[in-house]
Amino acid sequence: MGSFARKITTILIVLLLLLVLALLMGLAFGSTGGIREVWHLLINSDQDNDTLRAIIWQIRLPRVILAAVTGATLSLGGLVFQALLRNPLAEPYILGVSGGSAVGAISGMLLGLTIFPGVALTAFAGSMFTLLLVLGLASGHLSTRRDTLLLGGVMINAFYSAVITFLISLSPKASQVHQILFWLMGDFSMQTPEQLIILTPVLPCMIIIYILARPMNLLLLGEESAASMGVDVRLIRLILLSVTSLMVSLVVCQAGLVGFVGLTIPHIFRMLLGADHRLLIPACVLGGASYLIGCDLLARTIASNGELPVGIITALVGAPLFIFLLWRSKR
Amino acid sequence: MKMVEVDKLTVTRGGNKVLHEVSLNVEQGAFYMIIGPNGAGKTTLLKALSGLIKPDRGAITIQGRDIRRFSARELARILAMVPQQVALDFPFRVAETVLMGRSPHLDLLAFESRHDRELAQQAMDFTDVSHLAQRRLDEVSGGERQRVIIARAICQQPQIILLDEPTASLDPAHQLKIMDLLERLRHQGVTVIMVSHDLNLAGVYGDTLVLLKDGEVACLGSPEQVLTEEQLQTSYECSLMVDENPVSKRPRINLLPERYR
Repeated sequence: MGSFARKITTILIVLLLLLVLALLMGLAFGSTGGIREVWHLLINSDQDNDTLRAIIWQIRLPRVILAAVTGATLSLGGLVFQALLRNPLAEPYILGVSGGSAVGAISGMLLGLTIFPGVALTAFAGSMFTLLLVLGLASGHLSTRRDTLLLGGVMINAFYSAVITFLISLSPKASQVHQILFWLMGDFSMQTPEQLIILTPVLPCMIIIYILARPMNLLLLGEESAASMGVDVRLIRLILLSVTSLMVSLVVCQAGLVGFVGLTIPHIFRMLLGADHRLLIPACVLGGASYLIGCDLLARTIASNGELPVGIITALVGAPLFIFLLWRSKR
Repeated sequence: MKMVEVDKLTVTRGGNKVLHEVSLNVEQGAFYMIIGPNGAGKTTLLKALSGLIKPDRGAITIQGRDIRRFSARELARILAMVPQQVALDFPFRVAETVLMGRSPHLDLLAFESRHDRELAQQAMDFTDVSHLAQRRLDEVSGGERQRVIIARAICQQPQIILLDEPTASLDPAHQLKIMDLLERLRHQGVTVIMVSHDLNLAGVYGDTLVLLKDGEVACLGSPEQVLTEEQLQTSYECSLMVDENPVSKRPRINLLPERYR
């Protein structure tokens, strides 16, 4: 008992410290300011540097929070999909679930719905629909389904990007087009910090997933094996899929399409910590948050003029990793 | 004590009757061997017994209680299943896998107690996999992995253990090791029901054999009653000769190649 509790506590403390560090870095760096100025602002609130303060509290803080929530959600989403489909290469973006949310969200926006609950609901519907499609593809013979699933995901994504481009061309305002295109590759800049409120359901979703950590472990060794160990497989799958697709679609509404996070982070932690979800879930949440704050920081500072969509950075890291994992699994 | 009673069990899949009015009566501590040609319904029977598939007609009673009135967790505390294969896509360690056997006894959020760890250790000692505890499940050999899965089932502390061809694809040494293990379990009072294609193993270790053919019980009884030349040749549609194993005094099945007929 003691050893497991000690292990989990140590890991969580380390990851929490990493997250705090990432948050501070995310607040400190950008077009203006630096660690020293931010530190002064934090400990000494009546310093008169209103511009920097406004930048940090009104612009950077919401942005860093959005990056953190997105990173946590997407890496946890990847972890859950990998467990449910028993496929280490499954991930919300690769499977097309993120794309489905995006199609739903854009349709909602074009219909003139408000972001909450209108667009959030159409995004959720889009992601659920895609998930059911993917599950249909994933059923069938075990030996063929890994490749079928990935191929299906590729095709679903190709189809959705065509739909998205088509929908954008319907948009009456030309100025929106650039914005939507940027959002499609992952965009953490927001109009108002209040928009973060629609992300609050993400937290209960994560808690539900953590409660189901042990059944997820059992599912990894096969559905019948899990059922014979007392897991209500259909119920657990239904809960996990709905909850995951809900939180992913909320994040897509806010942050757009950020790919491969759900592949990169769970793989790193599985290599470091093994396959036990009671460790992996909190590790992926904290680690995914730090990772995406870091990627966003790079995206903001690396380009000499303006900024990059964060999805570029995550794809530059994640796509080669995906190819490597695919190559390794073939041997 | 009656452990498992099957009364006129009928299972239909896709319009075909996979099992037709199968009836069994398994006492506590019995060693049942389910044999029969491919497609006879052996695995389906095992799955029905473990609650994985629902009967269309007939009833299954576990310890005097209808199987449909058990929750999945309640059933898993009485009955453990060893599947033919487990998925190996994720790197669980042997000790972690065995400890999973405690799940039906634990609340969702509870961590395993020292007692649970001790039970897992005992199960690993019993199946001789303790030295592999920290190895990954995909790194150990097929025979070792099968023993790990049996250890997990033992860790579940079941009164009934169901096994689907646990010795298939294992070399003779590993086959013997697993069968002896099951016999020791049975002597501890655990009821064992196993599907096998190996008629000799079935004859030596089983005390009651169930020969299935086309979803029906073709013959049920002691090895001497079931493993007869006539019975087997009709069911399996192949040439064979049955004599007596000089050591175990149980029936010994010899397959006859075409050139000797």
